[in-house]
Amino acid sequence: MMETEKVISAKELTKRFGAFTAVDKITFDVQKGEIFGFIGANGAGKTTAMRMLCGLSLPTSGLATVAGFDVYKQNEQIKKHIGYMSQKFSLYEDLTIRENIRFYAGIYGLDEEQIKEKTAKLLRQLRMEGQDKTLVRALPLGWKQKLAFSIAIVHDPAIVFLDEPTGGVDPITRREFWSLIYEASARGITIFVTTHYMDEAEYCNRVSIMVDGRIDALDTPANLMKQYAATSMDGVFLQLARKAVRTGD
Amino acid sequence: MKPITVENIVKTYPAKNGVVTALKGISFAVDKGEIFGLIGPDGAGKTSLFRILTTLLLADSGSASIDGFDVISDYKQIRKRVGYMPGKFSLYQDLSVQENLEFFATIFNTTIKENYDLVKEIYQQIEPFKTRKAGQLSGGMKQKLALCCALIHKPSVLFLDEPTTGVDAVSRKEFWEMLYRLKVQGITMLVSTPYMDEASLCDRVALIQKGELLSVNTPKGITGEFKKPLWSVKANDMFRLMNDIKKDASVESCYPFGQVHHVVFKTQENSKEELERIAYTGNYSEVEINLIEPNIEDCFMALMQA
Amino acid sequence: MKQFLIFVKKEWLHIWRDRRTLFILLFMPIIQIILYGFALTNEVKNSKIAIFDQSKDEATVNISDKIAASRYFNLVKNVYSYKDIEATFRKGEIRMAIVFPRGFRYDLLHSNHAQIQLIADASDPNTANTLTNYATSIINDYQQTLNPGEGLPYTIKTQVRMLYNPELKGAYNFVPGVMALVLMLVCAMMTSIAIVKEKEMGTMEVILVSPLKPFRIIIAKTIPYLLVSMLNIASILLLSVYALDVPIAGNLGLLIAESILFTITSLSVGILISNTAKTQQTAMFTSMMSLFLPTLLFSGFMFPIENMPVPLQIISNIVPAKWYFIIVKEVMIKGLGFAAVWKETMILIAMTAALLGVSIYKFKIRLA
Repeated sequence: MMETEKVISAKELTKRFGAFTAVDKITFDVQKGEIFGFIGANGAGKTTAMRMLCGLSLPTSGLATVAGFDVYKQNEQIKKHIGYMSQKFSLYEDLTIRENIRFYAGIYGLDEEQIKEKTAKLLRQLRMEGQDKTLVRALPLGWKQKLAFSIAIVHDPAIVFLDEPTGGVDPITRREFWSLIYEASARGITIFVTTHYMDEAEYCNRVSIMVDGRIDALDTPANLMKQYAATSMDGVFLQLARKAVRTGD
Repeated sequence: MKPITVENIVKTYPAKNGVVTALKGISFAVDKGEIFGLIGPDGAGKTSLFRILTTLLLADSGSASIDGFDVISDYKQIRKRVGYMPGKFSLYQDLSVQENLEFFATIFNTTIKENYDLVKEIYQQIEPFKTRKAGQLSGGMKQKLALCCALIHKPSVLFLDEPTTGVDAVSRKEFWEMLYRLKVQGITMLVSTPYMDEASLCDRVALIQKGELLSVNTPKGITGEFKKPLWSVKANDMFRLMNDIKKDASVESCYPFGQVHHVVFKTQENSKEELERIAYTGNYSEVEINLIEPNIEDCFMALMQA
Repeated sequence: MKQFLIFVKKEWLHIWRDRRTLFILLFMPIIQIILYGFALTNEVKNSKIAIFDQSKDEATVNISDKIAASRYFNLVKNVYSYKDIEATFRKGEIRMAIVFPRGFRYDLLHSNHAQIQLIADASDPNTANTLTNYATSIINDYQQTLNPGEGLPYTIKTQVRMLYNPELKGAYNFVPGVMALVLMLVCAMMTSIAIVKEKEMGTMEVILVSPLKPFRIIIAKTIPYLLVSMLNIASILLLSVYALDVPIAGNLGLLIAESILFTITSLSVGILISNTAKTQQTAMFTSMMSLFLPTLLFSGFMFPIENMPVPLQIISNIVPAKWYFIIVKEVMIKGLGFAAVWKETMILIAMTAALLGVSIYKFKIRLA
C-alpha cells in the first residue's frame, strides 16, 4: 500500500445540529486503494460523517479533504471524483441495464466512445452480455447490487462510498460482490463502506468504529480483535458500542 | 399437536411471462416452545411463507396449521392467538410509544395491565420515551416497541419476519436475548433472517433458497452435514491469493470470509500440502493455513452449489 | 365495542397530528366559498362605461346620472365622437358605451319615439348581455317616472320576478355546488388515502392478523372524516348565511340529514377506491379523476346539465353530487320540504347501498 497518498484526510471534523453534536472531532486518513470500514450503531453519526465527506453537508468545524479537494469550498469537485452506492437507492428499476449505465456515465460526463467501451466491459465483467436490454426490475437482488456497484465506479472515481451495500443477498452473491470490491481496490479505487454486519467488517483493510459521534477505535480487524481480546469483530463492536450513552438517531 | 405445521406449501404469483413460483412445496413442523429460524436471502420466499401462516395470503396448494387450526378455514381462530411482526416495523409513526401499545392491546381485546408481565422487561427499556412518537425512535427501539405490540395479547405463537434487518449489532444482540426470555415462557417462535450468523441462535433452522428448503436441522446438525475438511488460508495479498487458489484444479471452492479464505478440495488427500504449494509458488508472505470447523454460511453455500 | 372505539381514537389522532392536512381539510371549504363568492361571481358590478351625449338636455343628463349612480356601472369617460368610442373600447377602458342622439328630449316628448344606442363589448357575450339588460331596465325605470300612473297606450309591460334569488346572486348557485364538491373530496379522497396508507405502511398486515373484524376497521376509519365533514357543512352554511347573505330557506334539520346521507355516499366511494388502489398516490389520483372533475362538470353547478349533449346528460345521472346539488338547492334555496326531494334522496340511498355492498363484497380479509 502506498503510504504517501491520502485520499481522505479528516482532522477534528465536527458537525453540530443546534446543541446536538452528531459528529465530534473525528480525525482519520484513508489511503489510496484501501478498503475502509466505517462502523457504528444506529445514531452514532456515520451517516452525518459520510454526508460531509461526500460534499452534501457542510461541517461545523474541522478540516477535511476528499480526493484532494476541500469539503468546505470544493464540494462540486468532490462530487465529480467520488462514486456512491446505497442499498436503498441506486438504479432505476424501469430502465434497462444499458440505459442505467448510459445515464450514470452521462452524468459524469463520459463521452459517447467511452460510454460504449465501458458498457461492453462492464457487461462482460458481470457476465451479463446479451442482457443489456433487460429491465433492472427483472433482475435478482444480487445482480442488481453488483450492477449498481459497477455503475458507481463507471467513471473511475478516486473513492466510492458504499452505504450498507450487501443487505439481504445470499452468501455466494455476497462474495461475488466483495470480489468486485477487491478488484476495484486493486485498480486503485478507494472503498469507503458502512455496514451493520460485523462479518463484513472483517473484509476491510482497516475499520473505524464510531460511538456517540467519536471514532473510538481504528485499526486493522486483526489488531482490533487482538486489542479487545475478541474472536470476531462482533465482539469488538459490542464492547465498544455498549459504552454508548446516546440511545437513538 | 405441533404449534406450526407446514405441509407441501406451493405459492405462485402471476408475472409478465407466466408465473413466479415463490414457494415450491415446503414442509416442516415447529415444536412447542422452539425458536425456529427461517434463514435465506431476500427473495427466497420467507415473507410469502409468513403471510400464508398468518392467514394473510392463500397458498396455491398444500396445507398449514397453527395450534391445530387450519390457516384457511380457521383463520379467525388463528388471528386471535398469534403475534406477528412483519418485515417493515408496522407501527403508527405518528402515535406515541404508549399510544401504539395501547392500540394494539385493545384491538386484541386485552389491556396493557393484563399482560404487562410478559412485555415488562422489554417495555421498561423504552418506557423513558413513552411519549415520543414511534417515527422518532431509533431502529433498535422501534424493533422493541414492535415486539411489545406483537406480544401484548400473549400469543401462543409469535411470527417475526426479519426483525433484525437494518438494526445495529448491539440492538440485535439485545433482541435475541429478549427472544430467549420469551422462550422460557413457552412461546413458540418462527423467526426469519437473511443473516447466516443468526442461525446459531435458533434451536432449529430451515435454510431456504429460491422457494425451496435446503436443509432443516439444528445448527449443530447442519454444520455436521458438512463432511469435507475446510481450510482457512491467509496471506499478505488476499485478492491475488483467491485467484490463484481458484485456478487450482483440485480445489472445489474458495470463498473469502473476512480476513481469511475458506477452501474446500475435491478430494481429501494432501490438501494442506497443495495450499502450501500455491502459497510458495505465488511468493506469498505471512501465510497461515488452518483446518477449521464449518459455520452455517459454509454449509449454506455448499448446499446452494449442490 | 372497545376495540372499535380505540380505532376511532387512533384514526382521530392521525388526523389531529397531521396539522397541515387538518388545516387544509377545514379551510379548503372556506377558501372555496370565498373564492367562488367574491371572485368567480356571475354578477357584474362597477363595469366601466362611457357616455356619448350629443343632446345634453334634461332627459339625457337624468338618465346618465341614474346609470352612473347604479352599482352596476362606473362612468369613466365622456366621449365626443363615435371614433372616440371605438378608440376607448380598443384600449380596453370600457365595456359598454351609451349614445344619446341629438335632440333626445325633444324626440321623447314630441314624437314619443326616442332612441338610445347601447354599444357593448361582446367579446364576453354573457357580460355584454347582462350589461345591456341592466342599462335597459334603468332606462325603462326612467320612462316610468316620466309617465306616472298612465302607461303609454297599448304598451305591454313585462314584469319580471326572479324567484328564490331576487338579486340574481351567483352565491345561490355555487353554495350548494361547493358543499357537494367539498364533501365529496374530503370524504372520498381522505378515506381512500387513509386506508391505503395503512396498506403502504404495513400496519394493515398487523391489523388484519388481529381479531378485529375487517369491516369494522373500515367503518372506524371513516368516522373521523364524517366528523370533519360535519364541521365543513357547518362552516359552509355559516359563511353562506352571514358572509354571502344566502339564507337557509328550508328546514335546517332536513338539510343536515341530507348532507349526512351524502357524506356517507362519499365515504362509500372512498372505501371502494381504497379497495383497488395500492399506493396513496393512486388513491389520490383516482379520487381526483373520478370524483373532482365529474363533480365539477356534472353536478350542474358550473355548467347547466340541460345544455349538455344527451350522452353526457345520461352520464351525469351516476354522479352522486348531481343529486345532492339538486337536494340542497330545493331545500336550502327554495325552502321546499322532503316531499320535493324524496326522489333524489332515494337515489342517493340506493347509490350508497350499492357502493357499500360492492365494498363489503370486495373487501379483502387477506392481502392481495
